[in-house]
Amino acid sequence: MNPKLKSFLAGVRAESPLLVGVFPFGLIYGALALAAGLSAAAAQMMSSIVFAGSSQFVAAQLIHDDAPGLVIVLTIAVVNLRHMLYSASVAPYIEHLPQRWKILLAYLLTDEAYAATIIHYEEEGFTPTSHWFFLGAGLSLWTTWQVSSALGIFLRKVIPSSWPLDFAAPLTFIALVVPVCRDKPVVASALSAGLVALLAFNLPFKLGLILAALVGIVIGTYLENRK
Amino acid sequence: MNNIWLVILLGGALTFGMRMSFIYLFGRFEIPALVKQALRFVPPAVLSAIIAPALFMPNNTLDLSWSNYRLMAGFVAILVAWRTKNTLLTIVAGMIALLILQFIFLK
Repeated sequence: MNPKLKSFLAGVRAESPLLVGVFPFGLIYGALALAAGLSAAAAQMMSSIVFAGSSQFVAAQLIHDDAPGLVIVLTIAVVNLRHMLYSASVAPYIEHLPQRWKILLAYLLTDEAYAATIIHYEEEGFTPTSHWFFLGAGLSLWTTWQVSSALGIFLRKVIPSSWPLDFAAPLTFIALVVPVCRDKPVVASALSAGLVALLAFNLPFKLGLILAALVGIVIGTYLENRK
Repeated sequence: MNNIWLVILLGGALTFGMRMSFIYLFGRFEIPALVKQALRFVPPAVLSAIIAPALFMPNNTLDLSWSNYRLMAGFVAILVAWRTKNTLLTIVAGMIALLILQFIFLK
């Protein structure tokens, strides 16, 4: 078999267990985005242009809450900051590639594609075809996300509108936050951010959210360094 | 909202920019250690700041009463997330809890 194709398929295979987890997320996102008031086209375009699950949930929630556009954009950026870490982490492995490859792989650099790819790079080391592995992992995730978002958008039209689907967003965030609350700095960071968000709820332009996030990040980082 | 497309385009451009950042800057710039450390707290802080009002202020004012079903269902979800660490199970449990509460008390 062509070594490029072989590497590509290995990437798809390594990604596939993660796809099983991503699929229901896409369904929930699609249904939730419509429940939050996005049009079907906007909900689907968000999946292909922003293409970052948790930030899409956050954006849908903020659109539902009528937050101003600038606050939503800022929040998307803050939620996606971690991608800079992924970018730094894969950079040495794809440094030799032409610019168009770098742009394509950067676009596909999601949590799940990163997870599968970096394990491959660390275990197998660098090979001449390993960017095809990255492409296989990234592209299979991309396809799964687009298809499951679309199905979710379709599902929303089938599910009775009395169902409180908008509640899926905070539930998803609970499912993401609780398992990472393993040490004191993270717990303190989460609790302080939650408390400030309640106290500062009435600040204009939903700025309470940004303030609360900053307080949580500072408190967590401070406690971590005091240890 | 009219500027929803602008939000999607800008949000997408920023996200792509961050994904491209160090791939582009490789060898020219290192992330400071303190920033790396702070990044770990971004998801729990941002998400908790969204969770708290969604549970405690479902109608934009603080509601600590028993009739705040979202708060009850949220605690069910927190418990399930803590015990199982299973994302999908957490969402399903919280949603079912809210549906049952709303159904029983037919508000």
